[in-house]
Amino acid sequence: MSAPPDSSGLRPPASGLPAQGGKAALALRCENLHRHLGVGEGRVHVLRGVSFEARRGHVTAIVGPSGCGKSTLLYLLGLLDQPENGSIWIRDQLMSNSSDLDRTAARCAHIGFVFQFHFLMQEFSALENVMMPMRKLGTMGEEQMAGRARSLLAGVGLADKTHRLATQLSGGEQQRVAVARALANQPAIILADEPTGNLDVRNSALVFDLLTRLAKENNQAVVLVTHNPDIASRCDEIKPMRDGEFVG
Amino acid sequence: MSTNLRIALRFLTARKRSMLMSLAGIVFGVGFFIVTQAQTSGFEQFFIRTILGTNGAIRIEDKFQDTIFSMVAAGHSAGASKFEAAADRSGRKYIEGVEDPALITEALRKFRNVSGVSTVVQGSVIADSSFKNDSAKVYGIKLEDHLAVSDLAAQVLRGSGSLEDFRNTPQGVLMGKVLADRLQLKPGDSLILQAGTEQRRYRVSALYATGVSDIDRVRIYLHLGEARSLLKRTAGASFIQVALFDRDRAPQDASQMEQVLRHSAKSWQEREESWLQAFKALQISAALTVSTIILISGLGMFNTLAMIVIEKTKEIAILRSMGYMRRDISRIFLWLGAIVLVIGTIGGWGLGAGVTYGVSKMPIRIRGIFSADSFQVSWNIWHYVVATITATVVVMTAAVIPARRAARLEPGDIIRGTSQ
Repeated sequence: MSAPPDSSGLRPPASGLPAQGGKAALALRCENLHRHLGVGEGRVHVLRGVSFEARRGHVTAIVGPSGCGKSTLLYLLGLLDQPENGSIWIRDQLMSNSSDLDRTAARCAHIGFVFQFHFLMQEFSALENVMMPMRKLGTMGEEQMAGRARSLLAGVGLADKTHRLATQLSGGEQQRVAVARALANQPAIILADEPTGNLDVRNSALVFDLLTRLAKENNQAVVLVTHNPDIASRCDEIKPMRDGEFVG
Repeated sequence: MSTNLRIALRFLTARKRSMLMSLAGIVFGVGFFIVTQAQTSGFEQFFIRTILGTNGAIRIEDKFQDTIFSMVAAGHSAGASKFEAAADRSGRKYIEGVEDPALITEALRKFRNVSGVSTVVQGSVIADSSFKNDSAKVYGIKLEDHLAVSDLAAQVLRGSGSLEDFRNTPQGVLMGKVLADRLQLKPGDSLILQAGTEQRRYRVSALYATGVSDIDRVRIYLHLGEARSLLKRTAGASFIQVALFDRDRAPQDASQMEQVLRHSAKSWQEREESWLQAFKALQISAALTVSTIILISGLGMFNTLAMIVIEKTKEIAILRSMGYMRRDISRIFLWLGAIVLVIGTIGGWGLGAGVTYGVSKMPIRIRGIFSADSFQVSWNIWHYVVATITATVVVMTAAVIPARRAARLEPGDIIRGTSQ
């Protein structure tokens, strides 16, 4: 179990779990995942028996050409989708065959997402967007949630823009809010699907650095899908994929 | 405030114009529902007040005797209950009038719900003024008794004589306004009433108007003794008029009175059944007509919510990825419906109350089954309750389908961009 939050609401990294080197704790594991997409003649075998592990404090990049199954794998790992075959364990708990309720609860408590198109709630401010996962988890009071959201937004360099609506932020700022939101519930796993795919070089570097730094500080496993070789090269591990399988 | 409600409140602004249209539909639907119900039941209540104030809640009339036919019809031989036996009127033999009104009156006063009893002797006469003559009906009454079972005191027209004059004048009569106009009589004038070969001169003490033209055209009130002399009915009564504390219990009381007194007893609901049914049909018809406004606004609401679901699929997906359950998504859309419903209903109440008040002040001249000079309205909480229930059923039904559709969306499909 992770330690309780400090006064800012941010939890310190869990002790005894090395961020780099040595044998870090497994946050996520999958074995022999199979998934088809499409129907009829358009049905494609997207994942062909993929197995994978993500450790706390590690950043893993999944790379590969479009349509190789990277994002499909990420959605399966994030319990947004269900495999036809194979198993997924989140923190040693088998989740691949669990109910929608259990998978949703697991997403709330253990998984943070960052998507290519940030997917912020347009009618809400940056602060409210970051508070959204915390409200669902329901372990903090209003003030505590607001405090933690402010800390996270300060951590991504948006301390002075907490009350701006999502529509009043630039693309890079919106993606930084999305990073803060993914970290809101102190999840064990951060899954990022092309988090820098829609940003310029400067913002790409900024968002990637923030994501990896904060995740490592909090001893979280980061799995990111990217086409960007510069981003991939800066990860702890690169997993190339082709035709629904890991290669190399 | 719950998170789902918080999100719903923000989503509310997503399609402001169509939301406002749906809201306006609910406001108008609820408002007009209340107004039409207030009017139709207002006129119904006015009619009931008029007939109760004129003919009383129950009328005890002819004595009856069971015959072998009525007993068979009632199921005596088949072992039916006493109530069923008494309830069957077919095959009975009726003897006109009340033979011993004093005895019946005494028995009636023992009923807990009875507030007044008045013995009436009735007969047809020719009323002759110096201008013309006309047929009429005299009603012999004891004034104090009859005041207790009718609104006669209130029906006497201001400036057209007084009850006091009638009380103190043995030859005084109270005459319906319509009849008095036909005979060109005014208070203080004399007239001759002729029943058979008997002719007597009377003086108009006061004019009254019940508002029911059939009554005001023919009815003349006399003191009971005078009526007995004129009609040569020294004993008995034509009927006994009964007033009740609780008018709605009249059918049950009438049924009991019939069993106990062995006289026909008719409640006001039975006497005026056709009019009451006409009012009820009008009320239901108005409710159904106006409900279509609510129904149409419900369809608008459905359309708006369905559009919001389509527009907000990405937000739904991100909420689901953050751990919001299907039921949370469903509740967000139900909250949307509920917010519009609450605002629309409260607005509708305001509109309904305001228009009802305005309508009640509108002048309108109605003569016939009752007399009214302005729109009659009834202020009844149930009109608001029924309007609210109708709006709730329509709007929440309209919200359920989009809510279920939103809850069924698969976040993976949406994010992958393959949502159907």
